[in-house]
Amino acid sequence: MMNRHLVQRLGFILLGVISLIVVLPILFVVGNIVVQGLGAINWEFLTAMPRHGMKEGGIFPAIVGTLLLVLGTAVVAIPVGIGGAIYLAEYARDTLWTRLLRLAIINLAGVPSVVYGLFGLGLFVLFLQFGTSVLAGSLTLAIMTLPVIISTAEEALRAVPGEFRLVSASLGGTRWQGIRHIVLPQALPGIITGVILGLLRAAGETAPILFTAAAFYLPRIPRSLLEPTMALPYHLYVISTQVPGMPPRVQYGTALVLLTIVLSMNAVAAIIRSYFRRRREW
Amino acid sequence: MVNPLHVSRFTFHVLRFTFHFSRFTFHVSRTVEPKIRFQNVSYYYGDRPALRDVTLDIPPNAITVVFGPAGGGKTTLLRLINRLNDEVEGTRMTGRVLLDGQDVYAPGVDVPRLRRRVGMVFALPLPLPGTVRENVLYGPKLAGVRDRARLEEILERSLRLAALWDEVKDRLDDPASRLSGGQQQRLCIARSLALEPEVLLLDEPTSGLDPISTGKVEEALQQLKHQYTIVIVPHSVQQAARVADYAAFFLMGELVECQPGRDLFTTPRDRRTEDYITGRFG
Repeated sequence: MMNRHLVQRLGFILLGVISLIVVLPILFVVGNIVVQGLGAINWEFLTAMPRHGMKEGGIFPAIVGTLLLVLGTAVVAIPVGIGGAIYLAEYARDTLWTRLLRLAIINLAGVPSVVYGLFGLGLFVLFLQFGTSVLAGSLTLAIMTLPVIISTAEEALRAVPGEFRLVSASLGGTRWQGIRHIVLPQALPGIITGVILGLLRAAGETAPILFTAAAFYLPRIPRSLLEPTMALPYHLYVISTQVPGMPPRVQYGTALVLLTIVLSMNAVAAIIRSYFRRRREW
Repeated sequence: MVNPLHVSRFTFHVLRFTFHFSRFTFHVSRTVEPKIRFQNVSYYYGDRPALRDVTLDIPPNAITVVFGPAGGGKTTLLRLINRLNDEVEGTRMTGRVLLDGQDVYAPGVDVPRLRRRVGMVFALPLPLPGTVRENVLYGPKLAGVRDRARLEEILERSLRLAALWDEVKDRLDDPASRLSGGQQQRLCIARSLALEPEVLLLDEPTSGLDPISTGKVEEALQQLKHQYTIVIVPHSVQQAARVADYAAFFLMGELVECQPGRDLFTTPRDRRTEDYITGRFG
């Protein structure tokens, strides 16, 4: 008897240590960036143009650029992604074709982001002649984001009990009416979570915008969608590796701003999830 | 030790006694044109037959009970009337199902409209997400009823018909999931009635309910049969005997016999029916 309790206790300790190993690096990274970057954050840093070879001034255009790219990505990826998920979950029959489609989506989610960057360069920048621009960058990020949105949204739709569809049909609802009035509202929290996770990835990626949207140094807000823009991840890469003599304070400050944007999106997703989970009625 | 055979013999005599009294009601509707006709209907899920050459007339304004052991094709039979099996893949059907003499599987039949004429209540209470009011008015709203006063009228009328109005009239805007199981099932009946159907199909509507709730549902059905054609799959032989004006006994997809309820439960023509209702198998 004692022996079994001892084994259980040892097991708990082991699992606790493993959890700690998982959590520690995250805490360390975030803590390090906060501690070293907090000193750089002030009103000027957030709202001014960069000066003196980006060593002074602010990172305003990079912040705006990242928000613009995320917005552009959302405008393209949300309707297409949710539409695709509805097709796959609600309409598509289980055929060879839809299986291939699902396989393709799963594989797309695993493609390295730099490959999306090259694809965007080839298709949007050169072939469609959008140039290095917010438009080309948004489209590239949207394509990268789509698999995430489609697969999470499809899963959320499938999680809605089939009986609801049956009840709706038995009350004279068409298939679309059932989806529109019952299934979609129930799946919404899951879909929103997927969308935010997808956009979060878009906000943080450097490689896809490297060749398609990002400007090395452009101290103003883009005037049209066909202009390039500065963006936080790329700006961070530039000031960390391409500019000698950059004060670490600025580097950490930039990292902190990017981290804050991404983590707050994550927090919004979590809040939405828990809010809807409490309201769910099945 | 109680001999189980004696118990079932006893039940049998009780049934005989009960049916003696309800004899009078039958002759009223006997000569009327059948509301629903099955003509040589066979139905297969893949290679597995669910119904074998079923020919059955269902009279209007009466309760027809479709009963028999599990896997006999009862649910399939019900779902063929409102074409709820349309979405199931890999099925095959031969023969005809007529509603008021019209083939419901004829090309060009408006399926949502058919389902408004033929309401359905499922085995488990399946309220849609939303309030009591939203549940009842789901069908009428999809059918295009917009007028506020008209909707209120439908709401009260349907809930009264389902014998639920007095219990929920002050809770119309509560989530339907907060009602008790028995109330939820009567809500589902009200929801079907809100479309003013001609036929009401009930698939083991009381299988999840306690005896008191079951009694209330059965009482409601006795009121409803004056206006509607009711087809019910009961959850027990006892219930079959209690509510049947007509009874059809199904065994492994085959219609063994169909007679007025008092005849079938007192003098079954087929040996298999007698064995089943006296509890020798099932």
